[in-house]
Amino acid sequence: MSRKVSIVAVAQTEYEKAKPAWREAEITYQVVEKLLQETGLSFAEDGTGIDATVTCSSDHWDGRTLSNIPHGEVAGSHLRAEEKVSSDGINAVIYAYLQILSGHYDTVLVVATCKESQTVGYIIENFAFDPAYQQKIGLDFLAAAALQANRYIHKYGITPEQRARVVVKNRGNAKNNPYAQLRKPVSIKDVLNSPVLAHPIKLLEVKPVSDGACGLILAVEEKARKLTRTPVWIAGMGQCYESHYLGDRDLAECDALSLAAKDAYRQAGITDPLRQIDLAEISEYYSYQELLWSEGLGFCHKGNGGKLIEKGVTELGGNLPVNPSGGVLSGNPILVAGTARVAEVALQLMGKAGARQVPKAKTGLAHGTYGPCGQHHAVLLLRA
Amino acid sequence: MANRVAIIGVGQTYHTSKRPDVCIPELCNEAIRAALEDAQLTIKDIDAVVMGNMELFEGRYHQDLWQADYVGAYHKSGFRVTTGGTTGGTLACTAFFCAASGLYDVIMAVTFEKQSEGDSRAGLKTVADPIWDRWISTGAIGTFARLGSWYMKTFGATEEHAALVRLKADRNACLNPHAHLKLHLKTVEDVLKSEMLVPPLRRLDMCPTSEGACVIIVASEKKAKKLSRKPVWVKDWVEVHNETRYNRGDPVSLENLEKAALTIYKRNGITNPRRDISMAEIYEPATWAELVWSEAFLFCEKGESYKLIERGVTERDGEFPVNPSGGVIATNPIGATGLIRVAEAALQLRGDAGPHQVSREVKRTFTTAWGGSSWTVAHLLSKSLD
Repeated sequence: MSRKVSIVAVAQTEYEKAKPAWREAEITYQVVEKLLQETGLSFAEDGTGIDATVTCSSDHWDGRTLSNIPHGEVAGSHLRAEEKVSSDGINAVIYAYLQILSGHYDTVLVVATCKESQTVGYIIENFAFDPAYQQKIGLDFLAAAALQANRYIHKYGITPEQRARVVVKNRGNAKNNPYAQLRKPVSIKDVLNSPVLAHPIKLLEVKPVSDGACGLILAVEEKARKLTRTPVWIAGMGQCYESHYLGDRDLAECDALSLAAKDAYRQAGITDPLRQIDLAEISEYYSYQELLWSEGLGFCHKGNGGKLIEKGVTELGGNLPVNPSGGVLSGNPILVAGTARVAEVALQLMGKAGARQVPKAKTGLAHGTYGPCGQHHAVLLLRA
Repeated sequence: MANRVAIIGVGQTYHTSKRPDVCIPELCNEAIRAALEDAQLTIKDIDAVVMGNMELFEGRYHQDLWQADYVGAYHKSGFRVTTGGTTGGTLACTAFFCAASGLYDVIMAVTFEKQSEGDSRAGLKTVADPIWDRWISTGAIGTFARLGSWYMKTFGATEEHAALVRLKADRNACLNPHAHLKLHLKTVEDVLKSEMLVPPLRRLDMCPTSEGACVIIVASEKKAKKLSRKPVWVKDWVEVHNETRYNRGDPVSLENLEKAALTIYKRNGITNPRRDISMAEIYEPATWAELVWSEAFLFCEKGESYKLIERGVTERDGEFPVNPSGGVIATNPIGATGLIRVAEAALQLRGDAGPHQVSREVKRTFTTAWGGSSWTVAHLLSKSLD
C-alpha cells in the first residue's frame, strides 16, 4: 500500500427536524456547492478535477428506485463515474478511500443525504429484518435497541443515570456546534423524566428525526497537498458484519466493532486507544450505545462503559472526548450520521471546529454503524 | 494506473423465473459455494464480502444485513453498493477497487435478484422524477420499443434482424447450463409469431424476468499468482452515469455507452475493437439493444450492426462472438446480470465455459452493464498479465 489518502474538505448542512422547502437533491447540492467553492475543484476531466463521486442515499427513504439519480446529478455524475453506497455514510467514505488507494482515481467526492421527515422510519426499519423469523414480530430498530439495552443493563449493571449522562454530555456539546439540530442542553432529570418509548429507552435517549446532508472530498497525497494546508490523513480503516439474527448473538457485546477497531488500530499503530487517540466521534443512535461502543472500541474494559462516563473521561475536557459535536443524539439523519462523524473528526484535526474544538487534536477516531443492534460497524482512524 | 488484480473464481446459480425452494440468502449461498469450489478456496480465505442488488425490487431495507450470515460475511469486512441495473457491473468494479487497494487480498462480490418476491415493475415505475416526470410510465418495454423503431427508421433494419439476434441468443443459451430461457427456436418465423408488446417489440425480443445469483472472487496480483492456476487479469474498468430526464433530450441517447467504450479503448490502446478484443458479453435486455449498442461500442460502423448478425460475425463460432452465454435476452436476474457478463467472460478466457465456449482463442474480453438512463459500466479482462 503505497498511496496516502487525505480528506481535503468537508461540508455539512444544518441538521433540522424537517426541511420542507428543499428537495433531497437540493439538500445534496448545498453541500456539493460548498465543497467546490472551498477547494476550487471542478468536474474537469483533464486530471485537475474530481475523478468520481460516491453518493449515499436510500431508495426506501427517498421513496424511489435508483435514489442516486437526483443526488448524483448535482454531484457530478453526468457522463462520469458515480456509485451509491446505501448504508451508513461512513462506508461511502471508506469506499472513496479504497478507490483512491487502488490507484484508479485520485480525487473523489462523497456526499450522503437523507430527508427522514418525509417518511415513516419504523416501517422501513421493519423491512431490514429477515421476513421469515424476525420481521413479522414487528421489530424496528428502536424495539431491537430496547432488547439490546436490557441485555446490556442486565449483564453489566449499567444504570439509568449513566445512560442519561451520555445525553447530557452530548446535548451540552451540541450547543457549541452550529450544525447540530438539538442545541438546548438537558439535565439528567430531564432525561430520566422523559416518556418511555420502548423500555428502558426514553424519548431523550433516542436520536431525533432529522434532515440534512454531509459531504467530503478525498484526494491522494500529491493532490491533497495542493488543495489544502490542513490535510487530514486516513491512517486506519476497519469494517465488520455481526450476525443478523438477534438471538444468535449476546447483545451485551459488540464483537464486530472490536474486530473493526482491531484492523484500524493495527494499520494506524494504535496500541492504547485511550492515550493515543485525542477525540472520537461515535454513532450513538441511542444513549446506551455510546457506552457499549466505547467498550467495543477498547476505550475501557467490557462492562465499564458506565464508569467511563462517570469518571468524565469522555467529556469535552476529559482524557478522550467522545462526540464533541453532540453526536447522533443531537441530530443527524440516518445514512448521514457516519459521514458526519468523519467530517466532525476531520474538522477537529484541521483545527476548524470552532467553539467545539478539542485543543491539540492530532489523532481522531470516527465510527459508523447500521442495522439492528449495530449489525455492521466501521471505524476510521484519522491524523492531522 | 491502478494496481493489478485478477478474477480467481466465479459461480452462478441456475437461473429461472421462480425459486420458491430458497430464500434470498440461500440463493446467494448457492452461488458462493460454486465460486469457492471454482477457486478451490474456503470461506476462510475471503477477507471481505461486497454485495449488491436492485435496492427496491424485493423491498428489503439494508439487504446485506439479512444476507451476511449466509454469504460468509459474519465477522468479516464488507459493504453494499447499488446502482440500479448496472449494480452487477459496478460490484465487479467494487471488488477490483478493494483488491487493488492493498487493504484486502481476496474479495468476494455477491449479486442476485429474486424478482418473484417483489414487484420489479412497481420498482421501475418510481425511477422518474416524482414531480417533473410524475406521469411518465417508465419501464424497460417502452424504452426498447422506442430504440427499435428509431433504428428501423434510421437505418432500414427490419424485424427479421431483431429475430436473428434472438435466434443467436437462443442457440447459445441452449448450450449454457446456467441460462434461463432455452426455447430451441428454429426459424425467424418462430420469433416473429410471438406476441407484440409495443411495436416493434415482441415478447421474444425482450429478456425474461429471472431469479438467480452470481459471485466472483477477486484477488490482488500477489495473491492471485499464489492461489490460482488460471487467474483472469483485470486490465481496466470504467463507469459512466448521467443526468436522468424522461421528459426532454434525445430519446435514444447513446452518449454513455459511447463514452464508456471510447474511454476504455483509448486507455488500453484499442483502435479496432473487433481485431483487438476477442469477444464481448454485453448487457442487452432486448434484441434491439444488441443491434444498436454494438454500434455504440464500435464493434462496427453506425447502421452496420444488422449486417453483422446477417453475416454471422457475432455468432459463437464467428469472427467476433457477442454474448456466447445467450446473454441478457435469455437470462436477466437484474442485480446479478452485470456480474454474470464478467463471470462468463472470465470462463471464456480460461477456456472453461464448457458447451458454449467460443471456437476461437479468447485473449481479451469486453463486458458491460447497463441501467438507469443508459448508465454504462465497462470492463476489459485479459488472459495475460501484460
